[in-house]
Amino acid sequence: MLFFIILILTFASGYFLPWWVVAIAAFLPALFIGKTPAKSFFAGFSAVFIVWAAMALFKSIPNDNMLAKRVATLMHLPNWILLLVITALIGGLVGGMSALSGVLVRKAFAKSK
Amino acid sequence: MRFVKAFISVIFTVLLIWVLNNKFGDIPPAGKFLSPSRGFWQNAENKEGQSSENLTLTGLQDAVTIRYDEHRIPHIFAKNDHDLYYAQGFVTARDRLWQMDIQTRSAAGRLAEIVGPKALEIDRYHRRMGMVYGAENGLKGIMANPQTREMVLAYTDGVNNYIHSLSPKDYPIEFKLLNYKPEEWKPINCIFLLKLMSETLAGGSDQFAMTNNLRVFGPKAVNELFPDYPFHESPIIPAGTKWAFNPLPIPKPSAGYLAQMTENIKPKEKVDGIGSNNWAIAGSKSATGYPILANDPHLNLTFPAIWYQVQLSSPTVNVNGVSLPGAPCVIIGYNQKISWGVTNVDADVLDWYQVKFKDNTKNEYWYNNAWNPVKKRIEVIKVLGAPDETDTVIYTHHGPVVYETTSEKPKNEFPHVPVGDALRWIAHDESNEFLCFYKLNRGKNYNDYRAAIANFSAPAQNFIFASNDNDIAITPNGKFPLKFKEQGKYIMDGSDPANDWHGWIPPEQNPTVKNPPRGFVSSANQSSTDPTYPYYINWRFEQYYRGKRINDRLTAMQKATVDSMRIMQMDNYSILAQDVLPTMLKYLDPSKLSDDQAKALDLIKKWDKFYNANSIGASIFDNWWYNFYNLVWNDEFTVKGTYLKLPSYDETEKLLLTDPNSKWFDNNKTPLKETCADMVNHAFYAAVDSLIHSRGVPGDKWQWGRVKDTYIDHMAGLPGFGTGKFIAGGRGGVINALRYNNGPSWRMVVQMGPVVKGYGVFPGGESGNPGSFYYRDMFDTWNNGKLNELLFLNSANEKSARVKSTLVLSKK
Repeated sequence: MLFFIILILTFASGYFLPWWVVAIAAFLPALFIGKTPAKSFFAGFSAVFIVWAAMALFKSIPNDNMLAKRVATLMHLPNWILLLVITALIGGLVGGMSALSGVLVRKAFAKSK
Repeated sequence: MRFVKAFISVIFTVLLIWVLNNKFGDIPPAGKFLSPSRGFWQNAENKEGQSSENLTLTGLQDAVTIRYDEHRIPHIFAKNDHDLYYAQGFVTARDRLWQMDIQTRSAAGRLAEIVGPKALEIDRYHRRMGMVYGAENGLKGIMANPQTREMVLAYTDGVNNYIHSLSPKDYPIEFKLLNYKPEEWKPINCIFLLKLMSETLAGGSDQFAMTNNLRVFGPKAVNELFPDYPFHESPIIPAGTKWAFNPLPIPKPSAGYLAQMTENIKPKEKVDGIGSNNWAIAGSKSATGYPILANDPHLNLTFPAIWYQVQLSSPTVNVNGVSLPGAPCVIIGYNQKISWGVTNVDADVLDWYQVKFKDNTKNEYWYNNAWNPVKKRIEVIKVLGAPDETDTVIYTHHGPVVYETTSEKPKNEFPHVPVGDALRWIAHDESNEFLCFYKLNRGKNYNDYRAAIANFSAPAQNFIFASNDNDIAITPNGKFPLKFKEQGKYIMDGSDPANDWHGWIPPEQNPTVKNPPRGFVSSANQSSTDPTYPYYINWRFEQYYRGKRINDRLTAMQKATVDSMRIMQMDNYSILAQDVLPTMLKYLDPSKLSDDQAKALDLIKKWDKFYNANSIGASIFDNWWYNFYNLVWNDEFTVKGTYLKLPSYDETEKLLLTDPNSKWFDNNKTPLKETCADMVNHAFYAAVDSLIHSRGVPGDKWQWGRVKDTYIDHMAGLPGFGTGKFIAGGRGGVINALRYNNGPSWRMVVQMGPVVKGYGVFPGGESGNPGSFYYRDMFDTWNNGKLNELLFLNSANEKSARVKSTLVLSKK
């Protein structure tokens, strides 16, 4: 459930707001419905990973991956697939950490009550 | 404990986002740059191309229709001139915004603002050379004329309306890499582009080295080795052309003609072998009976390209050709009545003057037997991540003292700038080059052409012309200072008014020729005229090699077609080799050669003197001549601590062909007395040995296209955004002057006639976006020596299968 909510929020917010809004898209749902830290991290990580990879491919495939190949060369990467993986990993890491933070913050306050 | 965990997790997440949102050194902000919704992925364009669009914009007076052809070249149809230039600014910015930004920033000395302290010295250099001062003066000239004023303001408005329409995800990729955003375009930015051209084409100087030469070798040797007119020449205005005017009196040479040296600094040498070609043949020489005009300006080749193709149409104009991104009008092109092109003149319009200050306050300087006040100009340079730099530049009546002291000048940089000298440079003067192009774009005949080019100041160009009235003409043209002979060949004493520029050559007295009996006009940066021209323009021009080849070919040509012109633009024949190779072979002693050397000799004897990509003879000759030239001059011209200018190839040829026993052939580092033949033989051994050393025994690896480095880089040198090395023929000194990253930046051929037809190509594409299919779609055509037939639409509604999409701009 958490996974789907983050997935949809990440997808919906990206085009209009700054890139780091994914952190909020992962943090808030986890804050309310996150269960365990591990599950939340995994949900945030995989949701953003998938959305970022999909959105990148959505732009890149109709482009014959031409730009991705150029940027891979610029970054001294052996191929553009690796660039795609790095992109998704960075998004995933931010999503995962944000979701983890969300659930941990709730737990912190839950205990104090 | 849970608080601590939560706290650590939140802090770590925030830190992670902060790191990913910031640039470290040259590394772009990773999160921002890689984010698919905001970062570079957004710059990937769809293969299907853009469909037709309608945009509503403020500032337009009426609707504008822009039709894009298969190379995404815009054909703009406006109902008035204001909207025309507005739309030109808008569509150019859409394709080339980052290039426009970075070029004007560079010229304005504002790079450090975005890349930090590493660009500080280059910024300081541009400020101190007076680029901003010159652009401000240029703007005055442009704003003083109602037509150019409206044009520049409309263009600016168009660019800004495009910029305002952007959200961060739409920024060109380079903005994302460098982590900054586009700023408002200003009218002065249009002028900065002209100043950059002046810097490239009229910003070099031999004065320093020549002054050193004079001191080391004395006037006799310098006059012999550096004559004011070359040994071989084929001048632009055919020799013997009569001058139909009464010249102004020529100023008298000053008493202190030779100024003293202040510093021993290595000046930037003018690079030989660069330049451009243009020619036009009369109807009598063409297959159709109408003139054909051809032009290929040689410049640094980059991605995005220096040129942007465009067709501009309004009720007052319908013109097609190339523009400079960031400047209105078509710079090289044609309409249905006339066509024109340009090559660089290489006039001496940049001079250095010694300055004597009264004291260390440097508030007064000595001139005309009196102390005169200096002007001080404050330049504030913003630096990313560091405090602003404030620089005070002293101006005498000549211009800025670029570097006052050696300590002020960065070590090993800007070697062409002498220390303690004031700069007199044409690029500082008020002018209105845009008026020239505004009028040329609308020109109908020879008189219009003459009236238009009288408005052009700098960098002086050989304006070539052809019309449907069967007129052809060429004019080495610009604002030329009135000088005594050799004025500015050496650094001058700035205190003597006799050394000042003495006014100007009247524009109508600039060298020109119309419909010469030989049936063609041409230029390749060689001497503008033969020595009978009454005025002094410069003591040196580009050597005659390309000019001679062009003139030889055109003399022989009959019933020429567009294709004959295209083939000529790709011509790799070496006049240098034609001149010197027989004599060099004559001096070479074949009995003393090793097996591989003998093989190389055999190859070069069979060589056809073309620098074609697959030619092995070209590689051997090129190395041989290069070694010979260096062997002849390096002994005398290597003086520690003093930078000297080497004599030209032309002068070297003269000694080889006419004076084999000249003392200059003797290597003064050996006790023996060497002759020309010794130099030729040693150079041959060295040339062949170095080729064997780097490429093995004579074979395919010796092919010229592989020996020569040819490449086109992105403007910021970004790996993967350029071509990498590619195999190509050509050489400086042959018509197809392509080597390293310099060469034909635009090749154009125009067939005049009832329907004027243009052909052209540049190495790259219309789009500056590396994620666009139009980023380099014309490169292969260019590299294969082909031209695209240029689409010329007579009206916005003309049917053409080549129109792929339409953009309509409507007023809000």
